Amino acid sequence: MRIAVCAKQIPDPATPYELDPETHFVVRPEEQVLDDTDRYGIEVALQLAEAAEGTVTLFSMGPAGSMQGIRQALAMGADKAVVIDDEGLRGSGALTTARVLAAAIEKEGFDLVIAGTESTDGYTGIVPQQIAELLDVPALTFARAFSHDDGKLRIERQTEVGYDVVETEPPALMTVTSGVVEPRYPTFKGIMQAKQKPVEQITAAELGIEETGSVAAGQAITAVSPVPSREAGLKIEDDGEGFAEIVKMLEERKVI
Amino acid sequence: MAIWVFSSEVEGAPSPTSLELLTKARSLDTDVAAVYLGTSIEEAATVLGAHGAATVYHLSPAGALPAAGAAGALAELASAESPRAILFGMGPDDRDVAGRFSARTGTAVVANAIDIRLDGDTLIASNEILGGTVRVDTEVADRPGIVIARPKAFTAEPGDGAAATVTPVAMEDGRGTVLESHVEQSEGPDLTKADVVVSGGRGLGGADKFELIDKVAGLLGGAVGATRAVVDSGWVPYSHQIGQTGKTVKPSVYIAAGISGAMQHVVGMKDSGTIIAINKDPEAPIFGIADLGIVGDVNTVLPKLIEALEAR
Repeated sequence: MRIAVCAKQIPDPATPYELDPETHFVVRPEEQVLDDTDRYGIEVALQLAEAAEGTVTLFSMGPAGSMQGIRQALAMGADKAVVIDDEGLRGSGALTTARVLAAAIEKEGFDLVIAGTESTDGYTGIVPQQIAELLDVPALTFARAFSHDDGKLRIERQTEVGYDVVETEPPALMTVTSGVVEPRYPTFKGIMQAKQKPVEQITAAELGIEETGSVAAGQAITAVSPVPSREAGLKIEDDGEGFAEIVKMLEERKVI
Repeated sequence: MAIWVFSSEVEGAPSPTSLELLTKARSLDTDVAAVYLGTSIEEAATVLGAHGAATVYHLSPAGALPAAGAAGALAELASAESPRAILFGMGPDDRDVAGRFSARTGTAVVANAIDIRLDGDTLIASNEILGGTVRVDTEVADRPGIVIARPKAFTAEPGDGAAATVTPVAMEDGRGTVLESHVEQSEGPDLTKADVVVSGGRGLGGADKFELIDKVAGLLGGAVGATRAVVDSGWVPYSHQIGQTGKTVKPSVYIAAGISGAMQHVVGMKDSGTIIAINKDPEAPIFGIADLGIVGDVNTVLPKLIEALEAR
């Protein structure tokens, strides 16, 4: 089974993000990290590949930088990576991202595509569904559990009130929530091997995609402004009587 | 130029967000329709009509994952009727259909919208990025403009509209089979409507400690919320999750216990009236937005709070 996993390098979420004042794009440092939500998809892919003698290929669009995030993903055990990076892709919306990833995945060949439900930094939350449509395959979305038996892929799909059990046959796409599996940590051996694993770098033009960036976005940013933040109120160290302050505030707000 | 609102069925009725969006849509345009994906169409037509839809296009899922079929039918319909915009919520079916529709028709999407307006014929959608710290206004040139809005961005108010006229729309069979559907009942008041919400995070230390949250919520007549980390750890079902990938709440009082205040969580509760936070890390970001912050161990503070509330 050939498994494609969408993976994204993002600026470290522990550091404050900056917007370029002119382009309004998030400033992307040279050193980026693997989006934490992608670790779950990678883990699912590795488990499926281990059971079915499959291969796991990462697909990533965005500024390649030092490739630190990609190496982190390879260190978990993925076999190789395809990174699509060119200047023309800056400012691309979700649809262009999906077109680029779908084209790269199709070119490589796949039986199953796995992605997180949304990225941590952009959280548009629709790129996987767009990829599924472009690849013309069913999408098992929002998986909180999965199994693969007898050629059939089955998931528990998270719904607003509970979950549905849904099933399909590959080729297909699956999106996974971060409750689906416990991602493995890279081993020392994995980290050393990751340095030697193949990383193919290609451009959108090489995939036959000409219209990229804000040209293809179908939308234009007209204003960017800071949202007034809440003011922090009283902060006290609990000396054993902290609960009394809560009671007092609940009384003031007439909750009790 | 009509505005359409996608509405998926949640527990036999139109999703709450779709009613919020219809209320907004009818303030923007006199020509408003709903696209309903579900089976209880008669009841839905009444509710959707009252909220502003003159017509409801009905897509009926038949034991299959409906998104591919629904997106295809919607694309044909939109091509024939040329609506100015189609508004979606953030439910799983909303996102599946919006994504597929966008790819199929080559139209861009603005996601996480908190405001939508028409300036003449120009459609502008606003969203907040970077954890709700920066607001971005986007002009949507594509037709139809696809906007995915956050829950509770608008308030649902029924008007005096009659039941919507139902137009059945044929759709191809979905791809993927739905074998079973499960409802995970949550006890207590409805999280999205409760006046008081008490939420627990990983700072509680373990699933068994979550009963402290249940107790405080019970004593205050409030609802129980949780962070993504807690839900992912299996302590409580997803229906309790608050944040970017969960529910959005705006209660009068929000108590965050053992919650650090990750962006993911904050976007779902930052518009609460009063925020009370308890966390042992004095640097936790939650204190930056809390009206009252107690730096201390939740497992010490909550039992004392419970005792004090019980004594009243």
